[in-house]
Formats: sequence, C-alpha cells, structure tokens
Amino acid sequence: MNFETIIGLEVHVELKTNSKIFSSSPNEFGAEPNTNIHPIDLGYPGTLPVMNEEAVNFAMKAAMALNCEIATDTKFDRKNYFYPDNPKAYQISQYDKPIGEHGWIDIEVDGKKKRIGITRLHLEEDAGKLTHGDYGHSLVDCNRQGTPLVEIVSEPDIRTPAEAYAYLEKLKTIIQYTGVSDCKMEEGSLRCDANISLRPYGQEKFGTKAELKNLNSFAFVQKGLEFEEKRQEKVLLSGGVIQQETRRYDEKTKETILMRIKEGAEDYRYFPEPDLVPLYIDDAWKERIRAEIPELPDARRKRYVDELELSEYDAGILTGSKEMADFFEAAIADGADVKQAANWLMGEVSGYMNKNQKELHDLALTPESLASMIKLIEDGTISSKIAKKVFAELVENGGDPQQIVKDKGLVQISDEGQLTEVISGILDQNEQSIVDYKAGKDRALGFLVGQVMKATKGQANPPMVNKILIQEMDKR
Amino acid sequence: MSLLDHSIKELEAKLHNKEITSEELVKASYERIKEVDGDIQAFLTLNEENALETARELDKSGDDSAKLFGIPCGIKDNIVTKGLRTTCASQFLRNFEDPLYDATVVEKLGSEKAINVGKLNMDEFAMGSTNENSSFAAVKNPWNKDYVPGGSSGGSAAAVAAGEVVFSLGTDTGGSIRQPASFCGVVGIKPTYGLVSRYGLVAFASSLDQIGPITRTVEDNARVLEVIAGHDKMDATSANLDVPAYTDALTGDVKGLKIAVPKEYIGEGVDPDVKEAVLNALKVYESLGATWEEVSLPHSQYAVAAYYLISSSEASANLARFDGVRYGVRSENAENMIDMFKKSRSEGFGEEVKRRIMLGTFALSSGYYDAYYKKAQQVRTLIKQDFDKIFEEYDVIIGPTSPTTAYKVGEVIDDPMTMYANDILTVPMNLAGVPAISVPCGFASNGMPIGLQIIGKHFDEAAVYRTAHAFEQNTDHHTKRPDLGGAK
Repeated sequence: MNFETIIGLEVHVELKTNSKIFSSSPNEFGAEPNTNIHPIDLGYPGTLPVMNEEAVNFAMKAAMALNCEIATDTKFDRKNYFYPDNPKAYQISQYDKPIGEHGWIDIEVDGKKKRIGITRLHLEEDAGKLTHGDYGHSLVDCNRQGTPLVEIVSEPDIRTPAEAYAYLEKLKTIIQYTGVSDCKMEEGSLRCDANISLRPYGQEKFGTKAELKNLNSFAFVQKGLEFEEKRQEKVLLSGGVIQQETRRYDEKTKETILMRIKEGAEDYRYFPEPDLVPLYIDDAWKERIRAEIPELPDARRKRYVDELELSEYDAGILTGSKEMADFFEAAIADGADVKQAANWLMGEVSGYMNKNQKELHDLALTPESLASMIKLIEDGTISSKIAKKVFAELVENGGDPQQIVKDKGLVQISDEGQLTEVISGILDQNEQSIVDYKAGKDRALGFLVGQVMKATKGQANPPMVNKILIQEMDKR
Repeated sequence: MSLLDHSIKELEAKLHNKEITSEELVKASYERIKEVDGDIQAFLTLNEENALETARELDKSGDDSAKLFGIPCGIKDNIVTKGLRTTCASQFLRNFEDPLYDATVVEKLGSEKAINVGKLNMDEFAMGSTNENSSFAAVKNPWNKDYVPGGSSGGSAAAVAAGEVVFSLGTDTGGSIRQPASFCGVVGIKPTYGLVSRYGLVAFASSLDQIGPITRTVEDNARVLEVIAGHDKMDATSANLDVPAYTDALTGDVKGLKIAVPKEYIGEGVDPDVKEAVLNALKVYESLGATWEEVSLPHSQYAVAAYYLISSSEASANLARFDGVRYGVRSENAENMIDMFKKSRSEGFGEEVKRRIMLGTFALSSGYYDAYYKKAQQVRTLIKQDFDKIFEEYDVIIGPTSPTTAYKVGEVIDDPMTMYANDILTVPMNLAGVPAISVPCGFASNGMPIGLQIIGKHFDEAAVYRTAHAFEQNTDHHTKRPDLGGAK
C-alpha cells in the first residue's frame, strides 16, 4: 500500500421517544403506511413544530455518552431541499450550534487501542420513506417523518476499514447502553454513510473523498471501504484523479458503484428556524440528564476485570451489549458463580442465540434459572454434561432447573456403592482394556469412562467414575 | 342603519332581549353579501349552510353568555378552517377543500360562539398592498370602487367597511391589517408578536406574521382580541402570559399620556392631507390632557430593505411545501419528479409570489447570506432598539398608518418598488414585534379615509386601545359609512 487511508463516518441514529419530535404522533416502527401521522408531519399549511423535550434529553444523553461537550445556547435551522419524502421541503436540523461537539470514543483493533474523535452530534427530524412502484410511480409513507434523529459525525481519524467497523460497533454499544435508541440497522434506526480518501504517506493535505451510501450492515461498511480503498489506489497509481462523488455499495457484486458526481457543495440555504425559539440548556438541566446515564461499556468492562477477575476478553464480550451484561449481573446476584455464568453466557447461550437468530430477551431462559442451574452443577446434583440437557429445556421452555432435573430423572449418580456395581460389570466385559491400562495406554481409561457414562445415561458423577475405575482396576 | 352596523355590545343586548335572533343576524350578513359583494369581491368562499345551522343551534341553546355569541364574522383565507376551503387566494390551493384542522384562532372564536360566515379575499399568500395580487378577483374599496382596499387583508377590511360582517380576522406581516384598515376607514390591530397563536395561519414570514381583528370600533376590536389572544402550546413562539381584559382599559382617560411622534413618520413623502389629519388628531389628544413631542427613529430608513429581505427569505422556505405532492394543484404536464415540482410551482403561483420566493432564495444563498439575511437581522435589532429607547420615555408612538390614502386600481401594481416603499410606516412594528393599531382619523380631499397609527410597548395592547378609544370617543370619523346603495 502506497497510500494512507482516511475515513470519516456519518451515523444517523433514530431516538425512541414516545412521540415524534414536533407532533403528538406515536414514534414506532412497522405500522401500516401513513397511519402514524398528524397534519404537522405532513407539513400541512399553517402547522407549526413544537420541540419534544424528550428528544432533546435523549440527544443530550447520547452526546454525553460520546464524551461531547454540551452546548448551552443552541438553536435549530432549516435545511432547504425539495424531495417528496420531505413534506415541508425543508428539514429542521442544526447548522452551526449542534447540541454536542468535541466528543470521542475509544476503539480496539487487534489489541491496539485508539481514540476516534467525534466532531459533532446534532438533533434533527427524519424524513418519510419513498417506495418506487413498477409503473413509474412512487409512493410516500410519512410514518417515519418527524422521528427524532441524531447525526453523529466522526473526525477523519479512522485509518482502516477494520477501524471503521470497530468504531461502529462501539458507537452502537454505547448508544444502546444509554437506552435512547435500539440502533437496529435492519429497521433503519441506525444508518451510516462513509467518507473515504487516500493520500501519500507523509502528505498533510487530504485527498479527494468519495462518499459511500447504501451500507446496510457494519460488515458492508467494512467491505465497501475495502473495495473503495483498492479502487482509489488503482486510480491514483495509474496516474488518474479521484473525483468527488457519491457511490453506493452493491451487496451482490461487492463493489461500489457511482451514483453521482458532486460539483461543489450543495446549497441548502440554512437559516435559523423562526418557528422554534432558541434552546438554552442550563447546568441544572445538563446535570439532571448526566445523572440518568448508566455505567457505560468501558467502565463496566474495567470493573469486570478489576473486581470480578474476568479476563479482558471475557469482560469485553460480556459488556458488548447492555442486555448481556445486565443478564450476567442479574445471574450473579441470584447466586451464580462468576466464571460459570460468564462461560455459559459466552458459550451455550450465545451459541443458541446465533444459531436461532434470537436476542436474549427472546429466550425463555432467565438470569434466575441460569443461576439456579449453575448452583446445581456446583453442588454436584448434575454434571456439566447433564446441564446441557437442562439448558436445552430452559432456553426453549423455561421453568425451574431443579424441577426439570427431578422430572426428567437427571440427578447425578454420586453413590459410591451404586457406581462400583456398574463399574464392576463394565470391567468384567472389558478385560482387554484393563490389560491395556496396566500397560500404560491412557486411552483405555477414557474408553472405560465412556462405557460407564453410556450405561448410566450420562448421569454418573465423572470425577467419582474416574476414581472408582482406577481403584477397581488396581484391585484386579 | 343596517343591523350589521351595530357594535358587538349593541347586538349582544338585542340578542339577549330577543329583539333579534342569531339566525336573523347571519341571514342579514348573507343578504348584505349578496347585495354588495358582487362589486366588492371581499369573499372567496361562503359557509352559508353551516353558519345558518350554527346560528339556529345557538338560538335554541338558551345560553348567550359567550363573548361573541351569534356574531357573524369573516376569516381571512390564509387562516385554515376544517372542512372549509382555504386558498390563500392562490390558484395553487384552489382545490384545497379541507385543511384537516381549525386554526387556533378559529377554535377560539368558535368557543365564544362567533359565526364564521366565510373566507375573505386577500393578496395571494398575503403578499401585496392592494389586493390586486389575489388570483381570484381584486377586492374593491367600498368607499369608491375605483380604488383598492389595500392589502393584503383587503377582503377583511372591505367586508367590515361594507357592513357584510360585524368583524373579521386579518393577518399582518408588514402592515397587512393596518394599511387596509386605514384605506377602508375601519379599525385594525397588529398585536404584539407572540400574543395571538399562529397555529393554522399559513405562514408567509414566520417571525413577522400576526393575526388580528378588523372592526368598526375600538371597543369591538378589544373584545375580539380578548377572545383570540393567549398562549397556545401548538405555537412555540406564543407568549405564556395572561391576557388582560382590554375592554377594561377603555376609560376615555388619556390625561398625562406621553405621546412620541417620530419626525420620520410625518416628513417627506407623506401626503399633505394625511399629515394634516394626524396633526389634527394630536390636537385632540392635547385637548384631552395628553402631551406629544417629536422624536426620531433613526433606523427607520432601513426598515423596508430589511423587511423585504427577512420576509422574502422566510417565505422562500415557507412556500416550498407547495410542491404538488400532498395538497393543492399538481401540474398535469410533468414528465418526472423534478419537472412536477417545477411545473406545479410555475403554474400555481402568481407573479408577486414568485418574485418574493426568488428574492428570498437569493438572499439565503451561500455567499450572499451574510450580506443580506444576516445584515437584515442586524438592522432588525437596531430598529427594535430604536423603539425600546422611545418607550423608556413615552407611553405610545403616534403617526399615520400609510403615507397616502388608497391607490387607484392599477396605479401601483406594476411598480413593486413604489409599492414596497409605501410600507415604510408599517413594517418597523413587525420587525420590532410591537403592537400597533390603525383607527380612522379623517378623509382626504378625494373622500378616501385616512388612518391614524398608535404604537405601544410589547404586550401593552391596553395602552394602545385606551389611546385609540379616547380619540374615537371625541371624533366622529368611525361613524361614517360608505354609500354602497342597497338596503339601509
């Protein structure tokens, strides 16, 4: 690579307030087209916007979680452009006085930590949605119009597509922790545009950038940037010039495709929104919101390492989503062993979620039932192997692990007499294995343990089986 | 004297004593409209069936305690009315049969039992000073049909002057209530910015627009303003203040009142007849124990330029929603989306509206913003400071409403610069946000009415009304009626 890659990301996050930013319409995803609408959302003549205070609170919360400075005097502006999904033909946004500025988040790629700056976070309204029909017509759905939106613009601090991916993951996690958005890319509550340019190493001036759109997952952001990085390098190496253009990522061909060439900056004729009064955010207001921000992922991760003695890796995974971390802590509060709870959540539980494309809240498993199951393992009532059967039941249908163990007859056999009897029978049928064992072949012991487990349907207490097998063979 | 020539207070008594019914009153209104409106053209849409139905219900209800019980009124057609066509006198909205909701002022009038007789003609989207910019018909001045009624609330002023309704609502962005009130010899107030909710007023210039009543007397005006004023949670710019009883301020006592008369308002460019009428009015105040002094509003000379930059800039964004997508007229000839926007807007808007949209779009453009829009806002601050300074020492400011009386039809319509320049006496109050009223103060040699403008401190409508009322009580200009023929 002869060039340094410069990446900046613009992320839009929808805020899950109860009602829209300027009207009383419910703010919800997935309703029938044009049902969650008010004349205000449709830009009907004579309607006026009134700021939803919850939207301001949510935007402040997000900005604070991203380490932004919060403005004291702020205001809203009109951004003018014609488009059928933009009913007033201007979007109420923030131009020169965003709610948050000068923030940052820390990311980690291949074990290396890096701080990415956040230029600004501002509050604005989302537009409606267009559906293009087959007969040259288009349909407008205004349900989304007026959904409160924050735009988060990063500094051009990102140097690789992998860092871009890590930035997005971290940003999403932080915002989710604050509870102001679900950040679901598939529902459009988190959207991302990426700016990318190349420059020779050592050069200070940025190269001409391309803007990538239609990036529908974090993986596509990374892949799109990787493609674009190579494309621009090829152009530059062959003596060509990069044009300032907008490109879209095609998921099928895995290429970026030219949408339009930008000739100078578009003129949105911003001016202060006269229908809204300027917003003054005093210290008391800021402190009230700051107090509502929960422990954020980095702090939580540090606590898990320092206080719970988990590895950095495990702590990172568990705090990767607030839901997971909350579940983990609830299970511990219910008496689960820390390491066991961590292992189960990262192992079986995550495996089940991935396989079934489910979230934690979709599962019948509760922190209480997981804790209860772990306690049964700890006190020897069930083996780890049997626990997997209990887990399968818990995750699908829920219930009380103790009851499941009882109903299904899964209690571990730890009775020495009973185990000795089974083992004697197995040894009688496997004379050769005893010979092998005595000749130093360790595999023979494993084989015999397997036979005992098979005979007890896996319910034998494994350490005891080992112990008794050796004792009995030594006697023969 | 026609039934509709009575004041609201007189009609209230007649209704209460069962001398008349509300239905009779509303019928009288429609009869008058049928008689004279073919010439005057004040109404764009009538609400006859609903209005009569409402009147009959009121007559049956037995409770006549509402402040405007059974009083017929007209609403300027840029104020939305649920289920009743609202056009802003624009071809773009000729098919806008249902705006889906009532403006806050319409709701308030309804809850005090006023009866909406119909929607009043105006300059298209409230842009103009003669009413000749209506895309439907030019309103004529009831005092002489060769003259314009003023604008943009020309229909609102003419309908009251012609006795078609008892009162009307107009809107004032740069003089659009006061100037037609002056031209038509009636009373019109532009309240303090923020006193009356703008929710449901189709915005021309959001930071300047205010709704206000047009009536034949100051007392009627104060009564209607009491009804429509007040905080509205649907309008973020509406002031959260209690509305005083303006009618209580009408004491007739102006003894010791300190009046400021800006020399810029009675100097060059003001018609001699107008100047004389204003000086005579000041003599009336002197005789009542008030004093007046000449003062200066030094930044007045920049007011018209600042006003046209700010109002046109805001209008360019406010009128962008008329794109043919959701309501109004969509061009039949469009070949694609962009073409639909362009053709719908080109076909739907009139010349003056296009002129202002282009002016505003230019003023907001990158590279020009600082020189025009931003500079205009700075001038606005200076103009506001001019007023603040005067009001440290004086109670009210008095001058003419317009430098001239009504223009002849066709006289200035092709000369926008002259037309804009004549707004010099009305736009500073919108820029400063202060309240101002126009009351009749005489007639020019050609028989056309002259208006006296009284300006007050922010939210001091009470002082404005008291001053206006004292003058009215000691003169008889407001009792004169135009001769339109027909029933008396």
